[in-house]
Amino acid sequence: MRERDDEWTGLMRSAIAGDSAAYHRLLKAVTPVLRAAARRGLARAGQPVDQSEDIVQDILLAVHLKRHTWDVSAPFAPWLFAIARNKLIDALRRRGRRIFVDIDDFAETLPGEMPAETASASEVAAQLQTLPARQRDVLQSIAVESASIKDTAARFSMSEGAVRVALHRGLTSLTAKLREQ
Amino acid sequence: MRMDTDQLIRTLAADNSHRARPVGFALMLALLAAAPVSLLMFFTELGVRPDVMIAMRNPFFDLKFAVTLALAISGIAVSLHLSRPEASLRGFGWWLLIPAGILTAGIGGEMMMPQRLPMMTRLVGKNSWVCMTAIPALSLPILAGALIGLRHGAPARPAVAGAIAGLLSAGLAATLYASHCTDDSPLFVATWYTMATALVTAVGALAGSRVLRF
Repeated sequence: MRERDDEWTGLMRSAIAGDSAAYHRLLKAVTPVLRAAARRGLARAGQPVDQSEDIVQDILLAVHLKRHTWDVSAPFAPWLFAIARNKLIDALRRRGRRIFVDIDDFAETLPGEMPAETASASEVAAQLQTLPARQRDVLQSIAVESASIKDTAARFSMSEGAVRVALHRGLTSLTAKLREQ
Repeated sequence: MRMDTDQLIRTLAADNSHRARPVGFALMLALLAAAPVSLLMFFTELGVRPDVMIAMRNPFFDLKFAVTLALAISGIAVSLHLSRPEASLRGFGWWLLIPAGILTAGIGGEMMMPQRLPMMTRLVGKNSWVCMTAIPALSLPILAGALIGLRHGAPARPAVAGAIAGLLSAGLAATLYASHCTDDSPLFVATWYTMATALVTAVGALAGSRVLRF
C-alpha cells in the first residue's frame, strides 16, 4: 500500500508539473481501486453493482476539476479517497439510500480484487448529448476518436487554444449537469 | 455516442494543461468584487459616526475592530483550510476562538473599570435593532462573493464550509458597522453582534449546503 501511495503521489506531482502521460498513467492506476470501492458501496446499499462505472466516472471528473485543491507536498491517496468517498455518498444518496461509507473501503482494496469495467457507464454519455455542439464535437473527437488536440483543431478549423477551451468547458459543464440531475 | 472510462481518462489527460487558480486567489477576487456593494450600502445608509476622531481614543471602540477583524481573518483561514476535501475542523477550529477570546478579555477589562452606566444599559445600548439588521444586510453581498469564491474548492462538508463563509462575511460586515455604531461596550458587542453573526452563519450554512457541493 505504502509503495502504491508513493507512486501515485509521484505521478500526480509530475502531472501537476505538466506531464500529461504521467497523469494518464495515474488515472489508469487509480480507476480499478475506485471501481472496487464503488462496487462494495453499491453492494452494501443493496444496489446493483453494474452502476459502479457511473460512479467511477463521476469521481474521475471531480478528481480532474478539483486537483488544484491537492497540496503537492501532501500524499495523494488521502485526498483522492476523500473526493471518492464524497462522490460515492452522493451517488448512493441520489439512489435513495443513506449509507455510511468507510474510508477503508478505498484504502484497503487488495490487488486481487480489481474488477475490470463490465457494464459501461451511461450518465456521462447521456449528458454529453446536452452539451453545446462545439463542445460535444471536441469531446467526441478526443474521447471517442482518440484524436489529438492538434488534429481536432485542424479538423474543425479551430485554433488549438480554442480546442483546449472547448474541451475544458465541456468537462466542466458535464460535471455540473451530473451534479444537478 | 458512448464514453467508456478509458475514453474519459484519455480526455481528462488531454485537458491536463488546464490550470485552475488556487482557491485563495478565487476567494480574494470574489471578496474584492463584493466589497464595493457592501461599502456602497454602508455609506449611503449608515456612514461613519460623526465623533469618530474622539471615539478612536476609546480603547473599547478600537476593541470592536479587533474582535470583528479577528473573526474575519480566522474565518478566511478556516474557509481555505476546509476547501480541501480531506480537511476537517479538527486542529483548525481553535482559530474561531480567537475573536471570542478577545471579546471575553474586553468584557473582563470593562468590568474592572468604573462605569457611568449600569451594566444592563450598556448591554442593551441604543442601536441593538440597527445592529441586528445592518450586519446581516451588509454581509449578504460579501457572503455571496465568499460562496462564489469557495465554489472553486472541494469541501467535504458543504454546510460547515458555508457556515464558516457566513462567519467571515459577518466579520467583515461588522467591521464596517462598528465604525457607525456608538455603542462601544463589549457587552453590547457580545450580545448583538453575536446574534447578528449567528444569523449570517445560519444563512451561510443553508446556502453552502446547496452551492458548495462539488
